[in-house]
Amino acid sequence: MPHPPIVLANASASYRGRTVFSGIDLTIRAGERVALLGRSGAGKSTLIGLIHGQAARDIALVPQAAALVRTLSVFHNVYMGRLDRRSTLHNLRTLVRPAKADVEAVRGVLARVDLGEALWARAGELSGGQQQRVSVARALYDGRPILLADEPVSALDRRQGAAILERLTEHHATVIVALHDVPLALAQTNRIVVLDAGGIVLDAPARDLDAGTLARFYEAAA
Amino acid sequence: MSTVLAHKPLGYRAASAGFALAAFAALALADLHVASLDPWADLRRLLAGLMRPDFASVLPLSIAYTIAFAVLGVGLGAGAGFLLAIPFARSRAVRLFCASLRAVHELFWALLLMQIFGLSATTGLLAIALPYAGICAKVFSEIIEEADLAALRVLPPGTGAVSAFLYARLPDVAANLRHYTLYRFECGLRSTLVLGFIGLPTMGFHLESAFRQGRYGEAAALLAVFYGLIGTRRLWVRPATLPFLAVASLLVLPATVGTTDIGAGLARFLTHSIVPAPLREGALADPATWTGLWAWFAPILTGQIVPGALQTLVLAQIALVVTALGALVLFPLTARRFTGPLGRPLGRILLVVVRSTPEYMLAYLLLQLLGPSMLPTILALAIHNAGIVGYLMGRHADGLAYRLDAPKGLNLYAYETLPRLYGQFLAYLLYRWELILREGAILGLLGVATLGFYVDAAISELRIDVAVVLIAATVILTLAVEALSRRLRARLRIATLPTRLSRPLTDAGEPA
Repeated sequence: MPHPPIVLANASASYRGRTVFSGIDLTIRAGERVALLGRSGAGKSTLIGLIHGQAARDIALVPQAAALVRTLSVFHNVYMGRLDRRSTLHNLRTLVRPAKADVEAVRGVLARVDLGEALWARAGELSGGQQQRVSVARALYDGRPILLADEPVSALDRRQGAAILERLTEHHATVIVALHDVPLALAQTNRIVVLDAGGIVLDAPARDLDAGTLARFYEAAA
Repeated sequence: MSTVLAHKPLGYRAASAGFALAAFAALALADLHVASLDPWADLRRLLAGLMRPDFASVLPLSIAYTIAFAVLGVGLGAGAGFLLAIPFARSRAVRLFCASLRAVHELFWALLLMQIFGLSATTGLLAIALPYAGICAKVFSEIIEEADLAALRVLPPGTGAVSAFLYARLPDVAANLRHYTLYRFECGLRSTLVLGFIGLPTMGFHLESAFRQGRYGEAAALLAVFYGLIGTRRLWVRPATLPFLAVASLLVLPATVGTTDIGAGLARFLTHSIVPAPLREGALADPATWTGLWAWFAPILTGQIVPGALQTLVLAQIALVVTALGALVLFPLTARRFTGPLGRPLGRILLVVVRSTPEYMLAYLLLQLLGPSMLPTILALAIHNAGIVGYLMGRHADGLAYRLDAPKGLNLYAYETLPRLYGQFLAYLLYRWELILREGAILGLLGVATLGFYVDAAISELRIDVAVVLIAATVILTLAVEALSRRLRARLRIATLPTRLSRPLTDAGEPA
């Protein structure tokens, strides 16, 4: 599914009156796999908000907090990824009595994040890692071409995180993901963007970089 | 698909279904016919009158009386409530005493106190102060218990109890106590208005006669002034203006009319009027006295308490479920995501007007329009309470943090807002349940056959002993529903969610 490139030109953002960053130029073309790196507070989530504002219609979002409705079942939370593409009547009916086809579709998506058995559990009763996977499943089910994810695997161990991330990248044409795990970013993406001190300090293909080069952007924090 | 349903999250759903079913069953016992010949013509005349408020007919003194009763009644009640709040958590006796004080409605207190003090300022003040003391004691005690104790724990050992309270506890809770007391003042204004309906010289008195005689222009003016008083409450009821308000209220209160010999009145009330008739003359050792007492009590139980309690429960159950439906429809009107910046202020004004109107007055009005049946009282209770719950839910809805790509409109409502707020919604409703019941009993004074109807009949026959027994039955019913509501809230794990109107809202509307 092609989509127009995302272009941020001289973008700036402030949070509670404090400028988080300014003069950001960033273009992301269809088919790219981009990792956003940087210390916490560097503005990754703010940048993700800006990107979402640019292309909301084409984006499947995995927000930083899993943002689940705790009182609804896992099924309904995942189903919410496609609320906008169904009639409201169908959505209301699904709250009470889901259609078999929807249940099977959601069950399939949940199986991809190893949560097939939790279909009818209340989202609020799951562990943090499970909730994060439900949030990922919602984006998978959403299925729009650009995946925009803010720390989607932070609550999982590295092996499981890598597996989930791989499945995410399989199903979306374009992937933009904020991460703090450098080896994971190098393995799963082909372009690395590092934010620091209110600007982009590095933007390079992943194959030109290694963990050692990137480490200094984190060490500076210590 | 039944297997699917069986795995659905239960709890909230089962509780809601149970209440809806109970209300459905109650409908079979309720008399809902419209007795008025042409309610629309009456309504048109009423609305036409309300469109042309006649401000010249409002007596300024009645406004002053309304404020004076509210200031002094709430002041006395909150003061006594504060003193009672100190032993409240430790003493079961104090808790029970306060529960009984607040389980008796202001109007019932007024009807009883009138037997002692006549139609006087004392009656009006105590009728507000007594139940408010019970409510304030409970809420103040909760506020004090909820306070952060960190500062208290690090006080040097040997710090006196008073110093510890003043330094480590009061500063933390003072803002909440003040906030709640000032909010209570708003309720006090409503109570005062309602007390006017039974004869105290407040705005309610003039409102009642204006409605009864069809002077709708005057009624409209009185209501407009009343909404104005409530709407501007934050401007003129402040800690700084309170001393002035208190002194002015003392000066303006009407002199005692009616009974002058209070001592004798009180003695006769306690030793004669409220003593069951068979015990007044009979010797206590004589078994015949006790069979006489049973012969006196049995018909009250079967002919008044049981049918009255049943009708009260039926009314409260239906009104509660209609309230719930109304609140679900109304709350989006005040929530930013659903109405936008233009619609929301209008929605808020609508809900403020709706909740500022006392149920009793609404019921009185609707009874005139629709004729005597349970329908007008159900509508009155539901409109008032749906306004309150809807307003609170709207504030919670605005406090929710939605994700960036949240859906819109009905999808947002059904998938995000309502599921997140549902626990809070049930908490408010379960809390309103006992208040609706208490108010439903009172609406009997207007002619529906709830407990208040029998109380009114007993008092007009001067059978105060019977009235006291009936009021005691109301208290027991209210306390039972309160206990049931508390158990249900604990079972649903929503016991910790805010239920007080005045309380600052927590940032998330869902249980942690």
